[in-house]
Amino acid sequence: MASLAWLEVLFPLAAYGVLILRGRALGERAPLFAIGAMVLSTAVAVGVLAEQIAGARPFSWRTIWAVGGDRVITAGFTVDPLSATMAAMVTVVATSIFVYSVGYMRGDPYYARFFAFLSLFCAGMLTTVLANSFLVLLVGWEIIGLCSYLLIGFYFRRRSANMAQMKAFLTTRVGDTLMLIGIMALFSKFGTVDYHAIFEALAHSDTIEPASVVLAGLPVPLATLVALLIFGGAVGKSGQVPLHVWLPDAMEGPTPVSALIHAATMVAAGVYLVARTYPLFFYTADRAALGVVAWIGGITALLAALMALAQDDIKRILAYSTISQLGFMMAGLGVLGYTAGFFHLLTHAFFKALLFLGAGSVIHAVRTNNIKEMGGLRTRMPVTFWTFLVGMLALAGIFPFAGFWSKDEILLEAMAHNPPLYWLLMAVSFLTAFYMTRLVAYTFFGSYRGPAHPEPDPWLPEDYRRAGIPHQVHGTHPHVPHESPPIMTVPLVFLAAGSLLVGFIGAPGTGPGGGSWLHHFVEFEAFREAGIEPAPFSWAGALPGLGVAVAGVLAAWLIYGVKVVHSTQLRAFAPWFDAFLRNRMYIDALYGWVFVRGGLMFAQLLRAFDTYVVDGIVNAVGYLLVLIARLDRLVDTYVVDGIVNLVGLFTRWLGSVLRYVQTGRAYNYILVAAVGVVLIVVWTLWRL
Amino acid sequence: MIGLAHYLVASALLFAIGLFGVLTRRNAVAILMGIELMLNAANVNFVAFTKYVSPELVRGHVAALVIITLAACEAAVGLALVISAYRHLETVHVDEINLMRW
Repeated sequence: MASLAWLEVLFPLAAYGVLILRGRALGERAPLFAIGAMVLSTAVAVGVLAEQIAGARPFSWRTIWAVGGDRVITAGFTVDPLSATMAAMVTVVATSIFVYSVGYMRGDPYYARFFAFLSLFCAGMLTTVLANSFLVLLVGWEIIGLCSYLLIGFYFRRRSANMAQMKAFLTTRVGDTLMLIGIMALFSKFGTVDYHAIFEALAHSDTIEPASVVLAGLPVPLATLVALLIFGGAVGKSGQVPLHVWLPDAMEGPTPVSALIHAATMVAAGVYLVARTYPLFFYTADRAALGVVAWIGGITALLAALMALAQDDIKRILAYSTISQLGFMMAGLGVLGYTAGFFHLLTHAFFKALLFLGAGSVIHAVRTNNIKEMGGLRTRMPVTFWTFLVGMLALAGIFPFAGFWSKDEILLEAMAHNPPLYWLLMAVSFLTAFYMTRLVAYTFFGSYRGPAHPEPDPWLPEDYRRAGIPHQVHGTHPHVPHESPPIMTVPLVFLAAGSLLVGFIGAPGTGPGGGSWLHHFVEFEAFREAGIEPAPFSWAGALPGLGVAVAGVLAAWLIYGVKVVHSTQLRAFAPWFDAFLRNRMYIDALYGWVFVRGGLMFAQLLRAFDTYVVDGIVNAVGYLLVLIARLDRLVDTYVVDGIVNLVGLFTRWLGSVLRYVQTGRAYNYILVAAVGVVLIVVWTLWRL
Repeated sequence: MIGLAHYLVASALLFAIGLFGVLTRRNAVAILMGIELMLNAANVNFVAFTKYVSPELVRGHVAALVIITLAACEAAVGLALVISAYRHLETVHVDEINLMRW
C-alpha cells in the first residue's frame, strides 16, 4: 500500500489536468472530478496511514533524477508515520472543503477553474508532504506558492485581490529564496538533497562540523545557518513574523480557499517542513536553531493574537488567529515538543477549516465580512452556530475539544524546556480565547444589526454581480439571513466531529504505558538517544492552561456578551493602543514604506540612471554616428558623386560633339569610305 | 591590240562613274543604279583577269555569275525598300528619309 502513495498526488493532478483543459465543457459537473479525485486520494492516504498504524515499516522509494559528475540527485517519496498522518489529514480536510465549495462557489463563472486550482493546490501540498528530498519538496513547495497566488487573486477583477495575491507571492518568495540558498548549501556540503542521507550524515558525525561562516562580524556555525535558512522558507509559507503580512490579505480569496490555505495546505507546509527536517535543527550547536524557531513562533503567536483583538473582519480575525496558532506550533517544535507541535498542526487543521467554512457560511448568509453588522445569527443559522462554537472552543483550548489536548502539550513542553516562553504562550492562550469569544458574541449573539435589504456585494466585480454570484439563490426577495444548504453544512458537521475527536489521539492513556498514542506513533527517534522524554500529562500542568483559556472566554463574554463593560469604554482607556492594533502594529505600513516605496524609489533611481547615463551613452554614440554619417554624406555627394557625374558629363559632352559625325545620310558615309579607300591606295602606292 | 590594261581602265572608269552616281544622286533609284554600275565594273575585272591570266579555268566567270545573282537580289530588296519608303513617306529622296536621325 505504501508503495502506492504516489497515487495521492496523481489523482488531484489528473483532476487538475481534466478541469483546466475540459472544465468549461463540464460546467456544473466539474466538481465531481475534483471531489472524486480527492476521495480516491483520501482513500489511498487513509489506507497508507492504516498500514503505518498497523506497524508497517517506513517506506521510501527513490529514483535517479539527474546526474552531475559524481553527484546524483534522487527523487522519490517517503511514507512514515509523520508523512502518512499529514497526508491523511490534508486529504480528509481538503475533501470536506471541496464538498463545501460546491455550494459556496455555485454559479461562479469560473467554477471549473476554481476546482482545477484547488486540485493542483492539493497535489502540490501532497508532493511536499510525501517528498523524500529537498528538491522534490521544493517542487511541491513552489506549486503551493503558485496556487496560493492564483486562488487569492481568484476574483481577479478586484484590484484589492490583485494586490493581495502579489503581496502573498512576493512575501513568501523572500522566505523561499532563503530556503533555496539553504538547500544549495546542503547540496554543496553533503552532495545530495536526499533527506535520509543528509540526516544520517548529521546524526552520525560525532563531531558536528565546526565550520562556521562570519556573518555581520559574528561567527555563525554553518549547521545553524543552514537550519535557519531552511526555516526561512517555513517562516514565509507559515506566515511567521516578520513575513506574516501576506496572510491576512490572503482573505481576498474565496472563503474555501482561505480554509484550504489556513488549514490543510499552504501554511501547514511551513510547520510540516520544520517537523520533516527536524534533525537539521536538532543537531545544531547548542540547539540554537531550535531556540530561534521557538522564539520566532512565540513572538508571532503573541503579536498576531494582539492584532486579532482589534479586527472587525470575520475572516481577518481568523487569519490572525491562524498566524498566532502557527506561532504556537513553531514554538512547540522549538521547545523540543516535536510531537506536540505536529499534533497541534493536525488538530488546528480540523478546527481552523471548520471555522473558515463556518465564516464562509455566515458571509454567504449576511453578505458582509464585518462582524459588527452581523449578530443574532444563533437562531437563524443553528447548524453553522453550533459547529462554529465547536471550532471556537477547540481553538480556545477548552476541554475536551481537540485544541485543548494539543495546546496543552505545547504548554507542557514549554514549561519543561523554556519557562519564559511558557508564560508568553499562556498569555497567547488567554488572548486566543478572548478574541474568539468576541467574534462569536458579535456574530451569533445579540440581535441582527445588518440592513434588511443589503446591497448585492458591492465588492463583487461587475460580471459576478450580473451572474448573481455567489448569492443567486437569494434572488431579490427581502433578505433574511438563513441557514446554508446541506452541501455546505454537512462538511461543517463533519469537521466539527473531527475537531471534537481528533484531540483524543493525543490524550493520555491512549498509548502504551499511559502516554498518548500519537507520541508513540509520531516520534523523533533521536530524542530517545538524547534522553529527552515528552513532558508527561498531568492535570496539575493542564489546569493552568485550561484556566487561562476559560478566563479569556469569560472576560470576553463579560464585555461582548452580557456587556458589563462596554467595549467602547475599554477602548477609551488607551485609544492609541486600539489604533496600534487596528493598524496591524504598523508593520504593513512599515513594509509599505521601506520595501514597496523604497523599492519604487530605488526603481526610479535606476530609471533615472537608465535615462540619463545608459540612454545618454547610447544617445551620444547615436549622435556621433549621425555626425559621421553627415560627413560621409558630404564626401559622397561631392567627391564620389562628383567623380561619377564628371565622367557622365564628359561622356555627354563628347557625345554631343561626335553626333555631328553621324549625319544619317548614306552618301556621306560612302564618301568617307571612298575617300578612305583612295587614301589607302595612295598611301600603299607611295610606299612602293 | 586590246590588252588587259584596256579592260582594267574601262572597268575603273565604270566604277568611278558608278561611285559618282551614288555620291551625287539624291534619288534612291538612281543610287541603286550607281551600285549596279560598280558591281558590273567588278564583273568586268573578273572576266578580264580570267581571260588573260588563266584562260583554261573559269573561276572568274563563276564569280561574275555569282555577283550578277547577288546584284539581282540586291536590286530586288533595294527596290522593295524604295517602294515601301515611298508608300509611307511619299518620297524617294534620301535626304528626306530621316525618321531615325538624331
